[in-house]
Amino acid sequence: MTSSNLRNAAAVAALSATALLLAGCVPNGAPNATSIAVTANDEGCEVANATGTSGTLTFTVQNDGTKVTEFYLLGSNKLTIVGEVENIAPGTSRDLTVQVGPGEYFTACKPGMIGAGVGHAAFTVSGDAVATTPEEDAVVAQYVAYVKTQTEELVPRVGEFVAAYKAGNDDEARALFPIARINYERIEPTAEQFGDLDPKIDYRKPGAIEEGLPFTGFHRIEQDLWLDRAIENYSQPEKNHYPKDDLVALTPEERATIGDQLVADISELNDKVRSPDFTLTLADITEGAKGLLDEVAAPDGKLPGEENEFAHTDLYDFTANVEGAQVAFDTVRALLVANGGEELATELDARFVDMLDTLAGYGSYEAGFVSYDTVDATKRNELAAKLTALSEPMSRLTAGVVGS
Amino acid sequence: MGGPDQDPRTQLPSGTSRRQLLGLLGAGAIGLAAGGAGGAAAARTLLSRDGHHGDAPSPGAVPFRGAHQAGIVTPAQDRLHFAAFTMNSGATRDDLIALLRDWTEAAERLTRGEEVGDGMEPDNGLLPPDDTGEATGLGVGNLTLTFGFGRSLFVGHADRAAETQAGDPFGLRSLLPAEFEPLPAFAFDILDDTQSGGDLCVQACADDPQIAVHAIRNLSRIAAGRAHLAWSQLGFGRTASTSRAQETPRNLFGFKDGTANVMAEDSSGLAEHVWVGEEAPAWLRGGSYLVARKIQMTIETWDRASLAEQERIFGRSKRAGAPLTGADEFDEPDFAAKLPASGEPVIDIAAHVRLAHPKNNSGSQMLRRGYNYVDGSNGLGQLGAGLFFISFQRSPETFVRVQRSLQPDLLNEYIRHIGSGLWAVPGGIGAGEFVGQALFE
Repeated sequence: MTSSNLRNAAAVAALSATALLLAGCVPNGAPNATSIAVTANDEGCEVANATGTSGTLTFTVQNDGTKVTEFYLLGSNKLTIVGEVENIAPGTSRDLTVQVGPGEYFTACKPGMIGAGVGHAAFTVSGDAVATTPEEDAVVAQYVAYVKTQTEELVPRVGEFVAAYKAGNDDEARALFPIARINYERIEPTAEQFGDLDPKIDYRKPGAIEEGLPFTGFHRIEQDLWLDRAIENYSQPEKNHYPKDDLVALTPEERATIGDQLVADISELNDKVRSPDFTLTLADITEGAKGLLDEVAAPDGKLPGEENEFAHTDLYDFTANVEGAQVAFDTVRALLVANGGEELATELDARFVDMLDTLAGYGSYEAGFVSYDTVDATKRNELAAKLTALSEPMSRLTAGVVGS
Repeated sequence: MGGPDQDPRTQLPSGTSRRQLLGLLGAGAIGLAAGGAGGAAAARTLLSRDGHHGDAPSPGAVPFRGAHQAGIVTPAQDRLHFAAFTMNSGATRDDLIALLRDWTEAAERLTRGEEVGDGMEPDNGLLPPDDTGEATGLGVGNLTLTFGFGRSLFVGHADRAAETQAGDPFGLRSLLPAEFEPLPAFAFDILDDTQSGGDLCVQACADDPQIAVHAIRNLSRIAAGRAHLAWSQLGFGRTASTSRAQETPRNLFGFKDGTANVMAEDSSGLAEHVWVGEEAPAWLRGGSYLVARKIQMTIETWDRASLAEQERIFGRSKRAGAPLTGADEFDEPDFAAKLPASGEPVIDIAAHVRLAHPKNNSGSQMLRRGYNYVDGSNGLGQLGAGLFFISFQRSPETFVRVQRSLQPDLLNEYIRHIGSGLWAVPGGIGAGEFVGQALFE
C-alpha cells in the first residue's frame, strides 16, 4: 500500500461527484452550484462559508502560503475523504468540485502535503438528499452488505493470526498470514477511504518510512515472521538506505503491542463499515474494482512480488484482489447491461474466468499457493498478460455504469 | 478539477455528441452549434484532433501500404522502438486475426499522423482515451511500422504443451516455410530469454523517439487480451545507411560499420538478397526475414584500447572509415595486401571488415538497419550500451552464415550478444488488406 493508493481513493470520491453529474442526476450546468472561497497558508485554512446547500459545491482554494498544499473535504469523522485537491502551489488557486448530500463535514488543508493537516473546521450542508434511482440504491446496498460480510470475516481471521503470533507459534502464524489478509485484499479500496486506517494496517515498510509513519500492521508482523528474508532483502545495495535498527526479532511484549494494534485497527474498520452512515457511490464501486486490479500491477504490488516482500505469499493477495474486483463488477453488471453494455459485460466475464483459472494453476487458499519467488519471469509475464486483458476492459466500466 | 460550468461538454446542445458536432460544423452550421465560447473551443479541439482526415498524405508520411512493408528500404529514420509480443495463452486463431486487423487499422492511422480509435478525447469523459496522446502535435515524423511473425506463432510454445492446440495454436503450422528454422547458438552468446524471441514483432521507426514510443504503446494497448508485450528496445542513431542519400553513421565504438549494405536504390540487389521470392509460401513472397540481435558493447574496455588496436579490430581507419588498404570509405578492401616489412596482411585475418565482407561469405548480403542503444548503466558504473542490430535478408541462412564467419572476429572481445530474435516479415499490405491476411486465406 502506498500513499498514491490513498490519493486514488480520494480521486474516486471526487470522481463519483462528477460521475453523478454526467449521469444527469442534477441538471447540467448546475444553476445552484455554489462557489466557496478557501484561503490556505502554512498554518491555516480559512473557508469563507461554514455552510452550503446540497448539490454541487466548488471550493476555490487560494494558496497564500510558502508550501505546496492540499485541500480536503472530510466526512463527519474527519477521516472519510469526500473530495480532495492536491498540489496547490504557493500563489496559485485550484478548484475542488464535489457533489454532497446534507450532513456534517470538515474542511482541512495539508501544507507540505504530509502530516495530519491544519485548520480543521466544521462544514454543514443542508437541503435535500442527492437523487439516485432505486436500482442504483439497491446495487449500492448490495455491495455495502458485501463489504460488511468481508470485514466481519476479517475480524476473527486476524484475531486467530495475531493470537498465534503473540503465542510464539511462528509456523502457525506464517501459515495464517496470507489467509488473514484475504478479506482485506478483497475490499481494500473501501478501507482506503478511511484515510488513517490503511496506512496502519497495510503499509509496506518503504511507504511507512517515506511518510514518516510508524511501521505497523500486517507487513510489520510479516517482517518479524520472516526476519531472515527481511535482513537479506534490506542488505541489498538498492535498499541500503533503509534503517536496519528494526531488523531484530521483536520481544513477546513488542509482539503483543503490534498484534493488538492490528486487531484494534481491523476492529475499527469493521465498526466503521457497519455504521448506518456508511455508504458508497456507484463510482466508488466501479472505480474500486479497477483500483483493485491496478494494485496488483503496481510497482510495489503483487505482480512484481513486492507486496509481501518477505513472505512471498503474493498469489493469495493477487487472487483476493481479483475476486474483490469480480464481486464489484458482478454487483453492477445488471446496470451495465441495462445501459447497453452487454458486450463489455460478456468480455469481462470471460476475462475474470481466464484470470482466475490461471491463478488456480498455482494453488488455492485451501491447498496453499506456491511461493511467488518460484514463479519465473515468463510465468509472471503470462499473469501480467491476463491481468492486462482484464484491466483494459475494466477501465470502461465506470463509463458504462454511471456515464450513460 | 474544473467546475461543471467550465466543461465545454455542458455547452453542447443537449443530445449532441462531439462527433455529431463535427458533422454540423462540416455542414456549415457553425452558428447553430457553437453558441458559446465553450462550443467554439470544443470545435477547435475537434478540428485539430481530426485534422489529418483528408486523402492527401501528411508531410513526413511514409505510405503504409505497398508492394513491400514500409520500414525496410525506407531511408533509415533516426529513432527506433522495437517490440516483441507473445500471444496470450489460450488466444485463438480468431483472436490473432482480430488483433492483426486492429493493428492494421491503427498502424494506418498512426503512420498518417492520426490518433488511434476515438482519439485523445472520447465523447464520454468517464472513458479512458483511446489514444494516449503523447504524440499529438509532433507530426508524422516518417513513422513506419513493420510487422513480423515468429516461428512460435506457427509451432506453439513447448511450455504450453497442455493446451488443446499444442504445436499448432493458430492452424498455421502447414504454412511454416522450410527455411524458417530457429537461429542456432553462436559463440559468445549470453542470451537473455527476457530479451529474446516473441510470437510477433513490431519495428517502429521515426524521426522523433516519442512518435515511435507512442506507436508501440498504443499497439500494445490494442493487443490487450490477445497478445502481451514480451520485451522492447529503444534505439537512437541509426548505425547503417539504407539509401545512397544517407551517410554511413557511426556505432558507439566510433566506427563506420556496415558500409557494404544493400541499398534501397539497388533493386536487383534487393530482389536477390532481401525480398523473399517464389521459394516461399505465397504469404511471405515480397517479404523478408528480420533478425534482431541485442549486442552489448563493453564500452569501458574499448575506450582503453589504443587507436592502432581499434583500427586493427575493424580493419578500417577511425576517422575516414576507409579500409586499411584504401583512403576512402567506399574503397574496396584489398584483403590480399601485405605489409612490406613483415609480410603480414594489412587487414588482419580476424578483422571485422574481412570476416563480414560478402567476398568472404559467398556473396551473402543483407540489409542492415541497426540502432545504437543505451539502457542507462549498471550497478558497476558501466554503461548499458551497445548495438541493436537489425537485418533483413531473403533467408535466415544468410545471417547464420555471416554470423558464423564472425566467430574468430577480433571484435568479439568487446561485444556480447544478449538478445536475439528471428521473424518472418510478410509481404506488402494491399488496399483493404490486413497484415498477414494471406496466412488466413
